[in-house]
Amino acid sequence: MKSSCLLGIAVGSHLTRSIFTTAVVAAGITFATATQAADTIKVGILHSLSGTMAISETSLKDVALMTIEEINAKGGVLGKKLEAVVVDPASNWPLFAEKSRELLQKEKVAVVFGCWTSVSRKSVLPVFEELNGLLFYPVQYEGEELSQNVFYTGAAPNQQAIPAVEYLMSKDGGGAKRFFLLGTDYVYPRTTNKILRAFLKSKGVKEGDIKEIYTPFGHSDYQTIVADVKKFAAGGKTAVISTINGDSNVPFYKELSNQGVKATDIPVVAFSVGEEELRGIDAKPLVGHLAAWNYFMSLKNPENDKFIKTWKDYVKKQKLPGGDKRVTNDPMEATYVGIHMWAQAAEKAKSTDVNKVRIAMAGQTVKAPSGYELKMDEKNHHLWKPVMIGEIRPDGQFDIVWETKKTLRAQPWSPFIPGNEKKKDM
Amino acid sequence: MAVLFAVWLGNAHALDTTALQNLATGDNDARIAAIEALVVAGDVAALPVIQALQDGALQATPAGQLLIVTEAGATDAVTNQPLANIPKDAARITINNRVRRALDAALVAFKLFSPDSTKRLEAAQQLSEGDPILLPLVQKALTSEKDPAVRAALELAQSGMALQSDDSKQRLAAVQSLANSAQEATKTRLLKLLEKDGAGQFAEPDANVRAAAAKAIAAIEQRLKIAEYAGHVFTGISLGSILLLAALGLAIVYGLMGVINMAHGELLMIGAYATYVVQNLFKTHLPQYLDLYLIAAVPVAFGVAALVGMALERGVIRHLYGRPLETLLATWGISLILIQLMRTVFGAQNVEVANPSWMTGGVTVLGSLVLPYNRIVIIVFAMLVLCLVWLAFTRTRLGLHMRAVTQNRAMADCMGIPTGRTDMLAFGLGAGVAGLGGCALSQIGNVGPELGQGYIVDSFMVVVLGGVGQIAGTVYAALGLGVMNKFLEPYWGAVLAKIMLLVFIILFIQKRPQGLFAAKGRAVEG
Repeated sequence: MKSSCLLGIAVGSHLTRSIFTTAVVAAGITFATATQAADTIKVGILHSLSGTMAISETSLKDVALMTIEEINAKGGVLGKKLEAVVVDPASNWPLFAEKSRELLQKEKVAVVFGCWTSVSRKSVLPVFEELNGLLFYPVQYEGEELSQNVFYTGAAPNQQAIPAVEYLMSKDGGGAKRFFLLGTDYVYPRTTNKILRAFLKSKGVKEGDIKEIYTPFGHSDYQTIVADVKKFAAGGKTAVISTINGDSNVPFYKELSNQGVKATDIPVVAFSVGEEELRGIDAKPLVGHLAAWNYFMSLKNPENDKFIKTWKDYVKKQKLPGGDKRVTNDPMEATYVGIHMWAQAAEKAKSTDVNKVRIAMAGQTVKAPSGYELKMDEKNHHLWKPVMIGEIRPDGQFDIVWETKKTLRAQPWSPFIPGNEKKKDM
Repeated sequence: MAVLFAVWLGNAHALDTTALQNLATGDNDARIAAIEALVVAGDVAALPVIQALQDGALQATPAGQLLIVTEAGATDAVTNQPLANIPKDAARITINNRVRRALDAALVAFKLFSPDSTKRLEAAQQLSEGDPILLPLVQKALTSEKDPAVRAALELAQSGMALQSDDSKQRLAAVQSLANSAQEATKTRLLKLLEKDGAGQFAEPDANVRAAAAKAIAAIEQRLKIAEYAGHVFTGISLGSILLLAALGLAIVYGLMGVINMAHGELLMIGAYATYVVQNLFKTHLPQYLDLYLIAAVPVAFGVAALVGMALERGVIRHLYGRPLETLLATWGISLILIQLMRTVFGAQNVEVANPSWMTGGVTVLGSLVLPYNRIVIIVFAMLVLCLVWLAFTRTRLGLHMRAVTQNRAMADCMGIPTGRTDMLAFGLGAGVAGLGGCALSQIGNVGPELGQGYIVDSFMVVVLGGVGQIAGTVYAALGLGVMNKFLEPYWGAVLAKIMLLVFIILFIQKRPQGLFAAKGRAVEG
């Protein structure tokens, strides 16, 4: 019922819009758009501002607008101001494809910053490849993909999931022997868990010591699952690896604390929960549960201080909902880095043409709020990133308990999936 | 860990400054060693430092000064002197779960060696099923313990933890005492006794103890089974009560009045948003009574949803009686309007509705089963709402009118019952009950504009299965579906369990289109 309703609206609005566009074009107002395009460079922002993913994606839209404002204040790109075109694909995967087509064909944007879930990225990918658009994707994901038209500024599995599990198995992480893999039912959790399962087996973990459970998007009843976690944990030192995405995390963490699951007994490490998702939860009962990312707001370094200050000022100026409670997080940092990197590449290429920017992107570096100089790999369209593991503290921020000494190169083709050894970088 | 509590001196002088230094600047290994050293030194003066580290209140300067910083002010951790101002370069000492575990053990240790024998007894009893990691601590305590009651408790704790006393009688007693446990972890430990090593030798040499262990395992297993089934029943009733709250309003509107109201989910959503608004009003105007906001939210949610419902009935639905298809389309349109309205007013993102503090946490029953307070409150609330609706139907004039109109509209009209007004009030009642459901839903899930969309299918499912026109049927259907779902979920997972449930309902409706309980009387012919 739900999806058919949404689809109905989607199709409806798309139809009206294309009729409207045709009418405008027929009236011959193309001249106005052409002159406008001369003064500004249009960039698209494609994040869900409603639906189950809005909890995570709304901040990415806000931080993208902030970064664009920052770049414009310094004179823009190639002497032109950037003009953001914001659309709302409403956590509706087919709508992502329609909206990206609209951005590329109708708005003629030079680049798009967007998507969070892998299913939304997979949905827009054919559109970007067909129209030769350029997408910057700012979120950690499962790998197993390389496209000429996408730059991945989030982490690949070897930059997040694998180090997190290694940490859990280490002495400091509690020496976990059993693993409960819990995720939302779509491509990212399934693929990540496939990689993790192969990795755990290579480390000698038995089949019986791994359990995989999936719930649908927007699931809100975690009673049975948390009870199941406790039962499973009685068999030995257990860690829960959560790839739950979106607003389901709120009822999941509420249930964990209500049922008294303590991090010292059963630590839960999450790959899609950061400062933003914890904003709506009382974090006191969750102290010690973990998250693995490439950036945390609690980092102390000049770049991060500047990033946080810019963000806080922007929130205040724009009077964004949440006010001083607004936080920064990893995908926001990746968005920030991505936009700056694109601007640098466009300057270097002296053009916003997709093919020229793509070549100029190779080897670009940005001094990132994570405190490291992040480099775009010359071959595989992924960033070199540091890995950090944080424990939740009572105020909803994270204490960093482990981090790599330097940045790691991404492995989009995980060596733990058979057949990947033949696949090459671009 | 064995080194941890190896030496217990009992008396000590000033706090071990090297240990404190290591707490401030060392790595995790050094920190754990320092905590061990403090416990070994046995000075109760270290207790506030350890507690502060656990609470995240311990700070250190690069120069090595340790401070305990609380809301009340800062004190020097070594000298225990209050400080006028906190040094600028002081930073909170961050710990991880491993250090936190050592701290937990240290806190138990301090209790176990407290001069107060009742505290020692309490600590020893807590340990009886405790983590075997604390075993060296218990052994250490035994060497110095004089009080016979505490000694007995400690000995039981020791054998319970270790199951490796040299005296087979001791082991037997330990195994027998463990038979009273209801913990999965105890079962795992007992199972180890029955394992054979490489040479074919049992881990437990005495056959009597093995027999007792097998018996204990059986007893624990039975207890665990009971707790598990009780858990399924509880979560099932909890889910059922949520379904009931979501569907009860629909049962009145659809079941009794025959109106297919697609905007029913949005009435739930309005109830949830009303709760949110009341919460915010309490936050700004009555922060000291914030914990009571939910009680105030209940009538507000009912009132707001009932008003919206009555406006809907008067404005739109009344003109469409007897035209189900048009009603369906019109109410669907209204639901979209309401969703968009909420998006415009409150934003597209979910809003934060916090549980009052008396609804967080839970109560442990049957040894291992935790019943969260928020679920218990919702079950009780659902029952109350049900009682009130039943009373409204059977004991009030409005209820009498509603039943009369349901049975025979024309005759009721002839008898002087104002059918139009009755329709409006009945719709208002249904909508208000939906508002109450929304108020309850706000406590367990997310509150956003699409909240209602997730419940509309479930609500229709419950009403149709229960039998149209029957409140009692709705109750049985909601609880039945809830319990069935929760018994299926552990085996098939959340997704498949829901699918199986839908398949079951389709098959059931094929066989019995009138639902569980068929409406009787003239209404059926009419």
